[in-house]
Amino acid sequence: MPENLVEVRNLVKHFPIRSGVLQRVSGQVRAVDGVSFDIPKGSTMGLVGESGCGKTTIGRTILRLVESTAGSVRFEGEDLFAIPRSRLRVMRPRMQMIFQDPYSSLSPRMPVGEIIGEAVREHGIVPPGEYRKYLAEVMESCGLQKQHVDRYPHEFSGGQRQRICIARALALKPRFIVADEPVSALDVSIQAQIINLLKDLQSEFALTYLFISHDLSVVEHISDTVGVMYLGSMVEMGNKKTIFEKPLHPYTKALFSAVPVPDPLVRMDRVILEGDIPSPAHPPPGCKFHTRCPNRMEICSREVPETIRYADGHEVACHLYSKEGP
Amino acid sequence: MQETKWTKRRRVRGYMKEVERRNRLQMRAYVIRKRNERGQDHDFLSTMKNPDNVVEFDNLKTYFFTDSGTVKAVDGVTFSVPRGKTVGVVGESGCGKSVTSLSLMRLLQEPAGQIVEGEIRYNNGTRTVDIARTPEDQMQTIRGNEIAMIFQEPMTSLNPVFTIGYQVDEAIALHNPDMDKAAVRIRSVEMLKMVGIARPEGIYRAYPHELSGGMRQRVMIAMALACDPKLIVADEPTTALDVTVQAQILDLMRHLKNQISASIMLITHDLGVVAEMADEVVVMYAGRIVEKGTAVDIFHNPLHPYTVGLLRSKPSVNRLTERLYSIPGQVPNPIDMPDYCYFKPRCERSIAKCDGEYPPMIRVSETHEVACWLHEKEGTPHA
Repeated sequence: MPENLVEVRNLVKHFPIRSGVLQRVSGQVRAVDGVSFDIPKGSTMGLVGESGCGKTTIGRTILRLVESTAGSVRFEGEDLFAIPRSRLRVMRPRMQMIFQDPYSSLSPRMPVGEIIGEAVREHGIVPPGEYRKYLAEVMESCGLQKQHVDRYPHEFSGGQRQRICIARALALKPRFIVADEPVSALDVSIQAQIINLLKDLQSEFALTYLFISHDLSVVEHISDTVGVMYLGSMVEMGNKKTIFEKPLHPYTKALFSAVPVPDPLVRMDRVILEGDIPSPAHPPPGCKFHTRCPNRMEICSREVPETIRYADGHEVACHLYSKEGP
Repeated sequence: MQETKWTKRRRVRGYMKEVERRNRLQMRAYVIRKRNERGQDHDFLSTMKNPDNVVEFDNLKTYFFTDSGTVKAVDGVTFSVPRGKTVGVVGESGCGKSVTSLSLMRLLQEPAGQIVEGEIRYNNGTRTVDIARTPEDQMQTIRGNEIAMIFQEPMTSLNPVFTIGYQVDEAIALHNPDMDKAAVRIRSVEMLKMVGIARPEGIYRAYPHELSGGMRQRVMIAMALACDPKLIVADEPTTALDVTVQAQILDLMRHLKNQISASIMLITHDLGVVAEMADEVVVMYAGRIVEKGTAVDIFHNPLHPYTVGLLRSKPSVNRLTERLYSIPGQVPNPIDMPDYCYFKPRCERSIAKCDGEYPPMIRVSETHEVACWLHEKEGTPHA
């Protein structure tokens, strides 16, 4: 059993809704509502779900970019939510994030070298004498030319910018990278280049990824384990093979069948969900999915389904299944 | 004398000024020509090559005259949309697929953007017009009425300060001046019902911010269909939506197409969506068509190296590969395009002939055409 780099337990993040003159708290948006998972060292965990299901919030709370409401995250054995700020500062270089939009996540007034190198100097990753050389090394490993070090972000295309973002994260010698929709804003042919780069870097530097995406085909390609989220809860989780070959939860099934297949001769029997995702401020009682579920039963609107864990690590939260087996 | 930093800077600036001046002049020439044409009742009627087509693009060239050079956004595009069929236009960002559709709607950013050559023949059943030369007042009876457009961003295409009902009413009232208010309202509610909105009366009074992305896109579709168009231009209709909502909208579009017997021109970068919706597919790269054919031709027998690369670089569910194929390099700069095949610098199968002139469209079967020298022997070149 490989060691876990990240262990998330019952992570909860509620955002208060304030209203009125006094800005009193009038409700809570339950963005993440009790999520637990482990990421073994050197593997990739994929997180999929529709917009508003809380997958980005998970990524940000794990790194303490926003403070959590409850729960715990252990990173290399240390409880991230309990340590003081000074210790967190030492930990920060080890966990990095790549953002979705390579256009707005790079400062237009900083040259590329400064974007990548600022944190390297700040955290003293390499001795000052080796700084320039290290910068060139990092840029080359991300497929950037080292003579572009003085250029500004607007001189680069979308794919190149995403490489700069990756280089910025990689320069701090991290062990864990949260990639929040890193390829969603890119064209198909550039997407493939970035995915391959992420895979190469993973094997070269033994990185662990939390890969957040709404694109199921990309997640299937890059992940070892996959978690499917709906309205702040994890509805199904397991290794890639079992999830994609044998999805159990009705939501996972619907999600997978909605992906268009690039073959005009294949006609899938599609499960088309009715309606829209409910508001996370007022999630439905019982199973959150019961309002749209094609297999709903009477119990679903009353009781929250427990998460059932099978021997092969496959977890599902649905009343249709019992502990004995699917 | 050796060139210093300062003389170089001066030389470059002089060159830029010259480019700017030349482009301004060219742009002005088009504006003046259009103004002169406006006074006369010049001939914008045309005839279709094939009366079964709704729209025929014939060697369409749309250029943008910018201060840093002429951008040949669409550079000689020829294809047609048959009646009752769905034609998918695929390509990456910057390949000219949106500019093609904007040229058809005559919604180009003028005066910088101009249709410089070619015809867009549109047949509404009683007459055929060349949209590239149609005067603006005639264009208004076509745009929105006979050719409707569904835009990419349902969030920004609706006006946030008016109710949904007001906006749908407006589209209907504008194109049917003889309808009274009550009739317009009935028609609006009917349209909202048709696109699968559960409580149309309630939504009629709602404002756009009260609706989800999928609902807003349904409203956009309702507006587009309100005047029974002959052709629907859908520019990335599902790109901003989640997959489950995308499945709903695609299902709706397919269903409605059969119901109102319109043709659809579907512009997208998502190969999966095209495979599912389109009867015919046009693949564009850097302003030109590189391959066109039926959906089966393109997805089961892709010939152009770009199409092959595009299909291979997309990971697909339940087809595992260790490493994704990726097309090396990037899309070339749209200013200063080379004389040879635009894809040559990224192509892994280029041959000696690729350094020569740009390949013509080569017909390899009844329905399948490709612009690549590799397939010269298999088919017959034609213009």
